[in-house]
Amino acid sequence: MKNRTWWIAGVGVLIALAVTFISPLASSWPDGLERVAEDHGFLDLGKDPPYEIIPDYVLPGVQSESLATILAGMVGVVIVFGLGLGAGYALRRRLPADQTH
Amino acid sequence: MIILSTAWLIPVLIPKAMHIPDGFLSLLVAGVAWMLSIAALAYAVRQTNQQLGERQVPLMGVMAAFIFAAQMLNFPVAGGTSGHLIGGALAAILLGPWAGMLVMTSVVAVQALLFQDGGLVAMGANILNMAVIASLVGYYVYVAAQRILGDRAWVNLGSAFVAAWCSVFVASLVCAIQLALSGSSPLMVALPAMGGVHALIGVGEGLVTVAALAFITATRRDLVQSRPTAN
Repeated sequence: MKNRTWWIAGVGVLIALAVTFISPLASSWPDGLERVAEDHGFLDLGKDPPYEIIPDYVLPGVQSESLATILAGMVGVVIVFGLGLGAGYALRRRLPADQTH
Repeated sequence: MIILSTAWLIPVLIPKAMHIPDGFLSLLVAGVAWMLSIAALAYAVRQTNQQLGERQVPLMGVMAAFIFAAQMLNFPVAGGTSGHLIGGALAAILLGPWAGMLVMTSVVAVQALLFQDGGLVAMGANILNMAVIASLVGYYVYVAAQRILGDRAWVNLGSAFVAAWCSVFVASLVCAIQLALSGSSPLMVALPAMGGVHALIGVGEGLVTVAALAFITATRRDLVQSRPTAN
């Protein structure tokens, strides 16, 4: 793959990582589904997860909640980047001449 | 893009996303959703295998990373309610519906498995709504709007806004139907409630989608134009 494409990937990931820095400022109001579940009395139907790794986007063991949120976001960003890239790499069209450029 | 929101006035808060948790859906509804999702993903894998160009490989990783991060940013919509990006329309517009669907699935799966956002049994329904339906609706509304408004780089942003709004709205209606079929909430209650709040959240989805596409159009127009077709 061309260097230029990897440059795009690098810049893209940096942007995604930068976005996680503002995640502690996100609204903590219930989201659309949670609001509806609360207002219409079925929120209690929700079950607790069978296990917890990074619940509520807060990395366990980190004192500062803001930092824990940012770090949780970064962990997620890196993992899904790997998954997306891996899926793309595994499934890419293998034709001798990719003439898009 | 969210600078104008009141979120900045509130001291440090944690993001609170909620996908469908276990318990909201009956086993039957959750099972059917799993089967529909698996069928759609199998088709998406085949299509992607035939379409995805080398240059889109890194874009798949970047889109997954950006959408995951952006989904953490809940923005206030109204009356103590927040919303966040889904990203299905954005991914589908840039990568086509099938590769977009795979990107969305990787995000939703990691959220459920690692971050306990969305249940494990309900994961099939979350994938169906946010990966399969949001990507397909986003893509086809975008293509239809392009035909009406014309296919020029900056006009396309209008099409993208409409596509993003529709993707959230339709996904929320399908979720309401799933809740009703599960007996969690009557359809006459769930449908207007979910549709109403997501009509507002859809505006945020549209704005974030347009902002992201405008940024890419301004910096790397070739990435927008190289999007594959659906078939």
